[in-house]
Amino acid sequence: MTTSIRIGSGRNELLQKVEALSGQHLANCYQCGTCAAGCPFHQAMDLLPDALIQHLRLGLPGILERQTFWICAGCDTCSDRCPRGLDIARIMEALRQICLREGGDHPALTQLERADLGALPPIALVASMRRNSG
Amino acid sequence: MQIAYYPGCTIKVSAPEHEIAALAVMRVLGLDLHEMREWNCCGVVHSLATDNLIRHMAPVRVFARLQQQGEREVVTLCDMCFNTLARANQVARRQPEQMDAIKATSGDELNYDGSAEVLHLLQILRDRVGMAAIKARVRQPLHNLRVYPYYGCKLLRPTEVGLDDPEVPTVLGDLMAALGATVVEGNLQTRCCGAYHVVNRENLVAERVAATVAQARANGANAIVLSCPLCHFNLATRQSNPDHALPVLYYTQLMGLAFGLPPATLGLPDATALFEEALPTAHHAQAVPMCTKGER
Repeated sequence: MTTSIRIGSGRNELLQKVEALSGQHLANCYQCGTCAAGCPFHQAMDLLPDALIQHLRLGLPGILERQTFWICAGCDTCSDRCPRGLDIARIMEALRQICLREGGDHPALTQLERADLGALPPIALVASMRRNSG
Repeated sequence: MQIAYYPGCTIKVSAPEHEIAALAVMRVLGLDLHEMREWNCCGVVHSLATDNLIRHMAPVRVFARLQQQGEREVVTLCDMCFNTLARANQVARRQPEQMDAIKATSGDELNYDGSAEVLHLLQILRDRVGMAAIKARVRQPLHNLRVYPYYGCKLLRPTEVGLDDPEVPTVLGDLMAALGATVVEGNLQTRCCGAYHVVNRENLVAERVAATVAQARANGANAIVLSCPLCHFNLATRQSNPDHALPVLYYTQLMGLAFGLPPATLGLPDATALFEEALPTAHHAQAVPMCTKGER
């Protein structure tokens, strides 16, 4: 498979949206991988956080189809450790919001059985709702 | 001494034992937590998008109510409430124009100037009561308890609102040592438990819980102590073998036991397997080292 990369030509609209929603300047990332190394869920991600940032910067296709930003639970380990001061959790939230605002909410708890709904603590349900609604 | 108390939804619905134990041990320490009026859900997770002001309304409403009730500070038990309230408070202080917008949206009802302080109960215990005073109240030292303090995320991160060193926290360990327990440590104490993924990505939570419990056991723990009701739910209910689960307790419950309060008043049934396994001879004081650091 061949992928064409055009740098510096045309507008990278997704990058612009992510930077606006997250308040983060992705050019600051120097690809050290500290975020990926400390992530408790990196094994479940289909693109590590540093690679996700690089894909965004280069305007590679298929970013919004990735699972990485849904897997992120917002534990802030990467944001706390980033030597460049990037709040990576905000970048993940921006990608979630772009998907949700363009594709509609998909609250996971609508698929739960009534018994599960009753057993789960409210903080789990509300957090899940908030992460899955725009 | 009195201080306003914000419970949050989960303490009332899913973790009443934490509240019962907290109120009991704070009474012993001479501190009365009085529940603030008209509190609402804090929103649970801090909104990370720059344009989502509506999601800051819930925590700001809590602060506005607090000020209307003449209170300057509020204490909470829940780590997620603590984190969400503290981060909303930062927004109020750094971006007053956002508070103006919320005030206008609410028809001037929600007026908040960012001057309130939100505290976690662990801060009150460490910074105001002090570990020495807590140790002085111990009547039944937990000498045979080898406990693994689990911090999770929201007590510690982001650093600007966290209440302890995010990489090497000590508050729960220091508290357990003051109660006479042996503290068992490991590098997964500060790793996320999977949080709300328990709703629909249970495998992520199961993997984190399995690794954490395995480390606690390998380092010699016979119980896990923690603070967050969501971590508690995940660690207590998602262990792979429920019949041989490592007991998971709130620090308030262990404080109550060490203070000599009856287990039933701490939300701990007095003859459960959990109690037998975690504290087989906790009430028989023996000379053992105060704190042994496990291999990290």
